[in-house]
Amino acid sequence: MALALALGCAAAATPPPAPPPHDYSKDEVHLLKVQGNIYMLVGAGGNITLQAGDEGVLLVDSGLAPMSEKVLAAIHGLSDKPIRYIINTHFHPDHTGGNEKIAKAGMTVAGGNVVGDIGASAANQAAVFAFQTVLDRMSASSGSDRATPQGSWPTEVYTTPERKIYFNGEGIVMMHIPDAHTDGDTMVFFRRSDVISTGDIFVTNGYPFIDVEHGGNIQGELAGLNKVIDLAIPKDLQEDGTLVIPGHGRLCDVADVVFYQEMVTIVRDRVQDLISKGKTLEQVKAARPTLDYDPRYGTRPGSADRFVEAIYKSLSAKH
Amino acid sequence: MSKAGTKSLSSKITVLTVTLLASCAAIAQLDPSGNWTPRFDEDRSERIAGPEIGDYLGLPLNEAARLRSDSWDAALVELPENQCREHGSDYGWRGPSNLRIWTEVDQATQKVVAYHTHLSAYGAEQTIWMDGRPHPPEYARHTWEGFSTGEWEGDQLVITTTHLKENWFSLTGIPRSDQATARVHLMRHGNYLTVAVITYDPVYLTEPLIRTVDFAYAPQSQMAPWPCEPVNEVDRPVGVVPHHLPGTNPYLEEFPARYGVPPEAARGGAETLYPEYMQKLKTMKRLPRIPRRPSAF
Repeated sequence: MALALALGCAAAATPPPAPPPHDYSKDEVHLLKVQGNIYMLVGAGGNITLQAGDEGVLLVDSGLAPMSEKVLAAIHGLSDKPIRYIINTHFHPDHTGGNEKIAKAGMTVAGGNVVGDIGASAANQAAVFAFQTVLDRMSASSGSDRATPQGSWPTEVYTTPERKIYFNGEGIVMMHIPDAHTDGDTMVFFRRSDVISTGDIFVTNGYPFIDVEHGGNIQGELAGLNKVIDLAIPKDLQEDGTLVIPGHGRLCDVADVVFYQEMVTIVRDRVQDLISKGKTLEQVKAARPTLDYDPRYGTRPGSADRFVEAIYKSLSAKH
Repeated sequence: MSKAGTKSLSSKITVLTVTLLASCAAIAQLDPSGNWTPRFDEDRSERIAGPEIGDYLGLPLNEAARLRSDSWDAALVELPENQCREHGSDYGWRGPSNLRIWTEVDQATQKVVAYHTHLSAYGAEQTIWMDGRPHPPEYARHTWEGFSTGEWEGDQLVITTTHLKENWFSLTGIPRSDQATARVHLMRHGNYLTVAVITYDPVYLTEPLIRTVDFAYAPQSQMAPWPCEPVNEVDRPVGVVPHHLPGTNPYLEEFPARYGVPPEAARGGAETLYPEYMQKLKTMKRLPRIPRRPSAF
């Protein structure tokens, strides 16, 4: 019995073995034509949007760090022009991990005294755009977060609601969506190609991950989805027209975003109703306000509870 | 008969057999091309007058589908982003729509590359590829019509559809997910066309849903256009989604009360598809009857 107890204690004290590290060598990057100048790169972590033209290549997000070589190979298979810009939709490493290697493989548009202003080393790589808080998060250790290598940091930050550039013959609008998936979200609208890159405000493979610890909030999440619905113009029968590249999952149009926005809104309303009735977080989870959407969006263990908890915390927070 | 003569006869029979088989194969593929008009011998009240809120009879729904249906508010359809929303290709057959089917042929080989269908409702058009092309990868777009390929099984054209957008099993909000696939059997019997739709939905169904509709050949039928432009019918704050909170939909009891169906049965489920359920029905409680709504036809 003593032996059994000792073995039991040992078993309890020993943490479960860590899963083997992911073997990225087997992962593949796929290139999908979207429309106009726009392509979607799938398989490198978060989806990457690629705009290619005579002036060079612009990316929205850069994927996971270990996938950078494959991302570069896919880009070079499509265009022999330099990578000029990367726009980060937020700071998570599945969207910024490739910043360093991919930016260094590019060359920004700069010359004359501008090079002197930004420094020669910065001019010898692609410029990396992001909202200010993305740089804040990536450049400073805070809590359990560790600063990422300096070479991966954004080089061009903005603090206004929008930042606009004109590249490859079209206007490109970076739109900051406050306190949505995180506190540093950018959605990107390619006006001539008529494509919107949403980052993780919109995904098709699960509930939205609202990163409350890093400033995410359900109301901002919905504001982002409503912004896409407002901007996008479908063709006949509510299909085609503006196309939407989600942070994860398949290529979409606005009808897919409408279904998602309806789901998020309905679950938000249910949680709000339960909060107004004085229910605790555990009681709200037990009421299963996501039950009708779980077989579609809640297939990953714990994801439905995390979604409900994020809504509960968002709506319960004192502002 | 000599041995050589027997051999010669045998060869002729073989040639004849092969020729007959080949021609039978060609005859078996009954071309569905033409103009067709719907018959409403099945599910008339649902397909013409329109489905009733809370009627889940004969649908193998799971609990998730029931809650989603219970939460549906008809005002959702009135939102501008939903007004012109087309039916999915697994559901559009059921409407009061004329149907046109035509063939796309490769001129060099005269092989059928695709069949195209056009339904008058929403002007919905489906392409059924017959040239053996693969279905797109999972990260490709989903559409109302989905991506369809066809092949002949005897005299049936069997269509496999993937990449469907979310849609419904009934336009009273009974959901069909974007993970669903469909197999459609087109069966031509002279001047009649039977369309059997089997929908597989791992999200909202516990078993495949099989439904059939019929069309009659109608070379004189007309195909009207379907222009649709969404407008703001009701001024609402941005982002409002009409729905009923769980347990608050006041309309769910109207269907069972109006038709004398036990409320428990109206909740549907795979059990309600099968004949033995009739015995169970006899033991169930019913609600006090309320008048039926006037028939549209």
